[in-house]
Amino acid sequence: MANKDKKKSPSGGNGGFEPRVVAFACNWCSYPAADAAGINKMQYPPNARIIRVMCAGRVHPAFVLKALELGADGVLVSGCHFADCHYLFGAKRAAEQFEKTAELVRLLGLEKERVRFEQISAAEAPKFVRVMQEFVDDLKRLGRSPLAGGVGSTPGDLKIPDTIGDERT
Amino acid sequence: MAAGEVDLTEVMADAIKRSHARFCYECGKCSGVCPVARYDRAFSPRALLVRAVRGESEKLVGDAGVWSCLTCKLCDTRCPAAIDYGILTKAVRAVVRHEGGEAICTHGGAVQSLTRIMTSPELEQDRLGWVDDTLKIKKKGDTVFFVGCAPYFDVLFAETGAQTLEGAKGAVRLLNAAGVTPVLLPNERCCGHDLLWNGDVENFTMLARQNVSMVEAVGAKRVVVACPEGYSMLKAEYPAHLGGLPFEVVHLTEFVAEAIESGDLKFDGGSERSVVTFQDPCRLGRHMGVYDAPRKILEALPGVELVEMSRSRERAICCGVGGFQNCTSFSKAIQASRLREALSTGADTLVTACPKCEIHLKCAVTDPVLEEELGLRIVDLAALAAKHLA
Repeated sequence: MANKDKKKSPSGGNGGFEPRVVAFACNWCSYPAADAAGINKMQYPPNARIIRVMCAGRVHPAFVLKALELGADGVLVSGCHFADCHYLFGAKRAAEQFEKTAELVRLLGLEKERVRFEQISAAEAPKFVRVMQEFVDDLKRLGRSPLAGGVGSTPGDLKIPDTIGDERT
Repeated sequence: MAAGEVDLTEVMADAIKRSHARFCYECGKCSGVCPVARYDRAFSPRALLVRAVRGESEKLVGDAGVWSCLTCKLCDTRCPAAIDYGILTKAVRAVVRHEGGEAICTHGGAVQSLTRIMTSPELEQDRLGWVDDTLKIKKKGDTVFFVGCAPYFDVLFAETGAQTLEGAKGAVRLLNAAGVTPVLLPNERCCGHDLLWNGDVENFTMLARQNVSMVEAVGAKRVVVACPEGYSMLKAEYPAHLGGLPFEVVHLTEFVAEAIESGDLKFDGGSERSVVTFQDPCRLGRHMGVYDAPRKILEALPGVELVEMSRSRERAICCGVGGFQNCTSFSKAIQASRLREALSTGADTLVTACPKCEIHLKCAVTDPVLEEELGLRIVDLAALAAKHLA
């Protein structure tokens, strides 16, 4: 997640803090919407790394948690409107998955605004731009994720002592 | 991944010595009794041990067999050379992880992510929302009740119908009924069990340190744990990694069994009659040697009749997955065979004392292919016992 050559967001800065956003976007709707925004030269904050998924219903809470674990300041999951789903049931599944994700984020004590669920169709490039702008602005207000510095440790001191009671003579 | 300053050869040599792996004479009883090897012909605990002893641990990176073991310790009970596979497996996994190997985590690694996130000291969790007015708890005191990951499990595994928080609520009710108002830590961390058994010793240690200092901060002299995994960590692994602890660790079943004996706790409520069988969790039984306490509780419940499975106590079969890694079709086969065994006793309910046994067996019961055949009620021991309080 190293990001040394970050460009300044057109929306300006909050003490220069640029949130790092991971956006999971559905192949059939939100990803083409982002594409269309680009083709139409619509400006939106370049803070997101967009990850194309075949369906937002595939975005298990684990994906979002992994992004947060690795230091993302916010995670966006964007899929189809319920009636538009390419797989019929996927949009519903996406909403169910995200409900779990949001609850886990709440239990962890992270701000609920750090994760966001949206339904953006392929024809809604302006909505994609607006959502991205809003999300980045929200995250700027929240500031860095408490996990942004990286959590846990990498392999270092490897010492595996005996468990009590394991001693043999 | 570079191993840094750690001498992995030394770590392995030490584990081989402590586990008595060199006493192996390759009889293969471990592979014969192994519930995984019964279904997965590619997996052999014996072969894994032999490779570790030969100093081929680095070749084990990328070998799925490293992560196939359930660490249920059934092999330990059969090994004529009294080899401790637990010590060896822990070391092999830690070494393999250092060499760049990674555990195959189930559920997309969600549990592992949650636990690694919990190593962050800055985290202020909101995990006690389930405590309602009927439960008496306090902020400081002698006894801490270590809740474990139940609040997270119930969200993550909702579709299996697992209600692990019912176990936690039941545990607090039992403690209250015995006259104990426990402290619940609002910012309790995962015990680190899964990480330790996934080979991630460093992050396990970070979690352990935080849990110990939180217990110290509330001035507790005793920690009651309901989850067998948490119990094995706090009671055995924490002192081994961090040195002696300034508090005593007891399992909920031990506490309740003692309270029944001393007359502090009486079960005279609950009119429901049921025939139950008990699934010995591997962490509680073979890892920690607690077999009698849960049975004492079941015998004290009015209307509850306990029937044993043929493979119970030391011979009990694990629920099929250890440390939320490597859940495969073999896990499902193990679970199905265990549930068939439970049904063959004539029991209508399977009682377990472990939230993970509950999740895994409920997952098998709700499997569309198996649900008709294996329909069996699965309940947590503490939740069941609490229902029988007057």
